[in-house]
Amino acid sequence: MLGYIFGRILALMMILLAVSVIVFALMHSVPGGPFDERKGRLPPAAKANILKKYGLDQPVWKQYINYMSHAVRFDFGIPYQRPHTTVAKLISKSWAITVQVGLTTIVVAFGFGILAGIYAAYHQNSWVDTLVTFVSSLGVTVPNFVVAMWLILIFAVSLNWLPMGGWGSSGQCLIDKYFCTDWILPVIAYAIAPMAIVARYTRASIVEVMGEDYVRTARAKGLSEVKVMRKHVFRNAQIPMVTALGTEIPNLITGSIFIESTFRINGLGKYFVTSTLNRDYPMIMATFLLVAFLWGILYLLTDIAYTMIDPRVRLGAKSLS
Amino acid sequence: MGDTLLEVEDLHVHFPTPDGVVKAVNGISYSLAKQEILAIVGESGSGKSVGVLSLLRLIPDRDCHLRGSVHFEGSDLLQLSDVEMRELRGNRIAMVFQDPMTSLNPVLRIGDQIQESIIEHQGISEKVAKNRAIELLELVGIPEAEKRYRHYPHQFSGGMRQRIMIAAGLACEPSILIADEPTTALDVTIQAQIIDLVKKLRREIGMSVIWITHDLGIVAGLADRVAVMYAGKIVEFAPVDELFKNPQHPYSKGLLNSLPRLDTRSEEPLEAIEGFPPNLIDYPTTCPFLERCSSRTEQCQTPPAQQALTPSHQVWCHHAVKV
Repeated sequence: MLGYIFGRILALMMILLAVSVIVFALMHSVPGGPFDERKGRLPPAAKANILKKYGLDQPVWKQYINYMSHAVRFDFGIPYQRPHTTVAKLISKSWAITVQVGLTTIVVAFGFGILAGIYAAYHQNSWVDTLVTFVSSLGVTVPNFVVAMWLILIFAVSLNWLPMGGWGSSGQCLIDKYFCTDWILPVIAYAIAPMAIVARYTRASIVEVMGEDYVRTARAKGLSEVKVMRKHVFRNAQIPMVTALGTEIPNLITGSIFIESTFRINGLGKYFVTSTLNRDYPMIMATFLLVAFLWGILYLLTDIAYTMIDPRVRLGAKSLS
Repeated sequence: MGDTLLEVEDLHVHFPTPDGVVKAVNGISYSLAKQEILAIVGESGSGKSVGVLSLLRLIPDRDCHLRGSVHFEGSDLLQLSDVEMRELRGNRIAMVFQDPMTSLNPVLRIGDQIQESIIEHQGISEKVAKNRAIELLELVGIPEAEKRYRHYPHQFSGGMRQRIMIAAGLACEPSILIADEPTTALDVTIQAQIIDLVKKLRREIGMSVIWITHDLGIVAGLADRVAVMYAGKIVEFAPVDELFKNPQHPYSKGLLNSLPRLDTRSEEPLEAIEGFPPNLIDYPTTCPFLERCSSRTEQCQTPPAQQALTPSHQVWCHHAVKV
């Protein structure tokens, strides 16, 4: 098992390397650069100086090697848009906020989604089931910024129950003593779509397992419904759920520009878009590598989860008959 | 035969569907004596599985209508509350299903699956239950039981898994074991082993068995009495020797004639029963076998009543001949 994990982490490194090459090549092949004159001309000497300062006058392959040799030491450079800080600092500061939103969203989306899915599966074709299916379809189809607008209109503007946006006066909301209500609306708006997906998938997985022969066997043994569900149904339903639902997690913890701009949260999500528009090469590289890394780790974790849930994929298990 | 253990009277199982009510079982009655092995035979869709599943009320109540009565140990199973029914299941009446490859939970250790009904019904500790589970594995002939106790279903072959299913069924020493085509998914040599095992266990534990099958070869080697089912009704009921020697219902005759025999010439095609069973939604008001019967007459327009040819041999046909 340890050897397996080590191998997987090595593979993850190779993936990150591949991603870095592709992203680097793509961003440099897009026309335009970070210091194009938009608001007025720069003296050619000054421009050449800036390009030289950031190493942009060198051939692309040299730039890549230069970047990567720093990146392996966790030095991701200086963002062109905010030269007074570093990429690492900027990302860790904004990501700290995004992670709070993301993790809360994951808890809400998975908690309520799984409960709704189980309930709907157990009361198949009842009105609750129909309602869950309807709301889930709505949740998947309506974009989260539309949901966000409605939430703001109802709960912040009309009822004035909750703040319209922001993330704590001190930039902290959920940490330590800075507990506030700022998180409620963004998390609900952000959680609705993944919650819908989780609910639908949970329902489908459980309904499928409930039709299995071994569930009938468990009933024939005289086990109570709670035990049948807990011991025989859920465990097996987890296998497809882990596959499909794990992939929601990296998306959620890296933030959404829609949610962040609607609720004025100074998080990471916006950099995915702004860094690309501004050709802020070090930021593009760092954000993409971060996403690739999270996906890689997530796939590793789901694969480990399989081996814990399902003995048939357990590594090194002796199969004899 | 000895004392009556189970008495099924006029059992009906009907399934309401959007197309109409499917009349799967239509008034079957039989009794099961202590230590008896009763075989129920019939083709697919004759209601034999549904008939026994409904004894344990394993078909969800919202899906089917049950009528009739099933007397067992002083109560009517169809009138019991869900909790009372659950106390019987796996405890007094156990069931073994057709496909051992899918009837065991793939993610649980087999030991756990064997002992869970003991823990549920007898409230004993895991440790005692574990010892009991290992004993059961030895009883059904799994070598190295102590080691195998910790294995998962995918580490066993089909025949082994069916032994495990039987061990799980026997866990609480039920008085009745219902086996729903337990050997259909297994190859013949394994079939023979399972049959020997069930016969041995009947002697040792003293349980009764209801064995559902469509394989008359198994019936001949195993059963004491046979009920032949057709279109949700029992059409003939007889001790096993009597049925093989003197089948009276044309359907029973057809089933026996369709068996390959050692003394027929190999080029001769096997006899088949022509036609299809009746539509269970639009159930015929005539004898249900009328359409496929070669000896039908005017009389067969009315459904036949039970005729006792001997005290133990009943047949539901207008043309049965008393010996």
